[in-house]
Amino acid sequence: MFRNNYDNDSVTFSPQGRIFQVEYAAEAVKQGSVVVGIASKTHAVLVAVKRNAEELSSYQKKLFPIDEHVGIAIAGLTSDARVLSNFMKQQCLGHRLTYGRNMPVRTLVDMIGSKAQINTQHYGKRPYGVGLLVAGVDEQGPHLFEFQPSGMTEQMMAFAIGARSQMARTYLEKNLDKFADCDREELIRHGLRALKESLVQDRELTVDNTSVGVAGAAKQDDGSTKVDPFKVYDGHDVAAWIESVADDKEGDAGAGEGEGEGEGETEGMEVDS
Amino acid sequence: MDHRPQAWGRPRDDVYGAYDASYLHNNGPKTATQSPIVTGTSVIAIKFKDGVVMAADNLASYGSLARFTDVKRLRPFLSTSVVGFGGDVSDMQFLDRHLKELATDEAYEHEASSTTTDEGGSGAGEGQLNAANLYKYLSKLMYRRRNDFDPLWNQILVAGLDAHAKPFLASVDLRGTTFTSPSLATGFGAMLAQPIMRRYAATEEDAARLTREEAVNVIKECMKVLFYRDARSLDRYSIAVVTKDGVELSEDEQLEKQSWAFAERIRGYGTQVV
Repeated sequence: MFRNNYDNDSVTFSPQGRIFQVEYAAEAVKQGSVVVGIASKTHAVLVAVKRNAEELSSYQKKLFPIDEHVGIAIAGLTSDARVLSNFMKQQCLGHRLTYGRNMPVRTLVDMIGSKAQINTQHYGKRPYGVGLLVAGVDEQGPHLFEFQPSGMTEQMMAFAIGARSQMARTYLEKNLDKFADCDREELIRHGLRALKESLVQDRELTVDNTSVGVAGAAKQDDGSTKVDPFKVYDGHDVAAWIESVADDKEGDAGAGEGEGEGEGETEGMEVDS
Repeated sequence: MDHRPQAWGRPRDDVYGAYDASYLHNNGPKTATQSPIVTGTSVIAIKFKDGVVMAADNLASYGSLARFTDVKRLRPFLSTSVVGFGGDVSDMQFLDRHLKELATDEAYEHEASSTTTDEGGSGAGEGQLNAANLYKYLSKLMYRRRNDFDPLWNQILVAGLDAHAKPFLASVDLRGTTFTSPSLATGFGAMLAQPIMRRYAATEEDAARLTREEAVNVIKECMKVLFYRDARSLDRYSIAVVTKDGVELSEDEQLEKQSWAFAERIRGYGTQVV
């Protein structure tokens, strides 16, 4: 009768040692549209393709500022992302109030990591159906972190999550060595090129469907870090960047043969658009 | 036979009269220190060009009894800051344990971030809680405890460098009152040492002109005056200097070149007839 007896809740292992609910949650992340993040020595950028559910509707936002120095990009269930983003905003404010400084990005990411992991270990709970890229700057410089519904978090130099993100990752892997010394504009262009790799045929980046978010950190003479606050650019603010990567030859970085993941952009479930 | 647990082990009413059980019915919030028991006296500190000097004697008094003579009341934090405690010693020990925990957590997080970032992040104490951060935290903690009607009976000085590597010195007390100044003193020091320190560092500009040596000498002079005039003080003391290079803490200093000649000219109290 049941296809799978071991996916009813997130506390039961299958005989193969898998927890299906957690794997399904990871699958929800792959349904979301693609987001790319890159960190250099001075900046952390996030870029994303927004989707609209239908022609008449607006585009669902993908990038969210959390605090002065941190922002997130989401792929997966938007409503779950909302919960995590509210939590992160509160923690950042609380930290600012009690310590008078920006919360270190790792500390923040560890907190959502623990929060998400608890959901995979309690009966009656379900994992978050959303993956995040967290980009921010603190006294240690710029950081990029990946967050998965399993509660796994990892620091990344560059990463992409969401539908067909393997193509973007292939681009990032090819160009990894260049990122560290990129300036702000170059870093954004790398992000957009990676994003383009992941687009389906005959879709392209437009001012309507593209979001860019940047945070910067500049070392000052007295050893302190001047934070260039995380800011999201949408609409006509991104036109120049899109234009600047428009005439790149398709697949000139040789990412054309990336494995893909086979899921593509699927209709159905209320996944972020 | 009275079977109520409250009555167990109590003197018999028929022999000793009705037992006063009022203290057993304690309504109201749980409280710890409602008055200090074992206390430390003044802590004094002054800013100079590249840092801050702080000192406190090594005495813990039990009322007017000089009960413990080797109590360390200056505590370095993460080698970036020094915290000086006046007031109740048990509350100081609580805060000391609490700060040790905070420092451990902070050191672990710092280690985790700096091993994963490539080359960047070299400066000592970079990204760790600085004195200003620590002070903000302590002031919130003190104010929270006073709002719980369970204050930590201390006045605390925090010294170190702020985010811009400028000397930082500030005070918080058991009521959560916060203030800052180029020189600060707690307890009797506020009356006896502060006027002396203000002669050398009345303003931030004056403090920024003081050398380390001058600042240390001012502090030593003040400790001597405090020993002369504060009956709850000791001639052994700790002195700490915080600069960008870290904390130099000496916990066994002895007051030098004392002169009690002034004592015979004091009139107005004691055994002498004016």
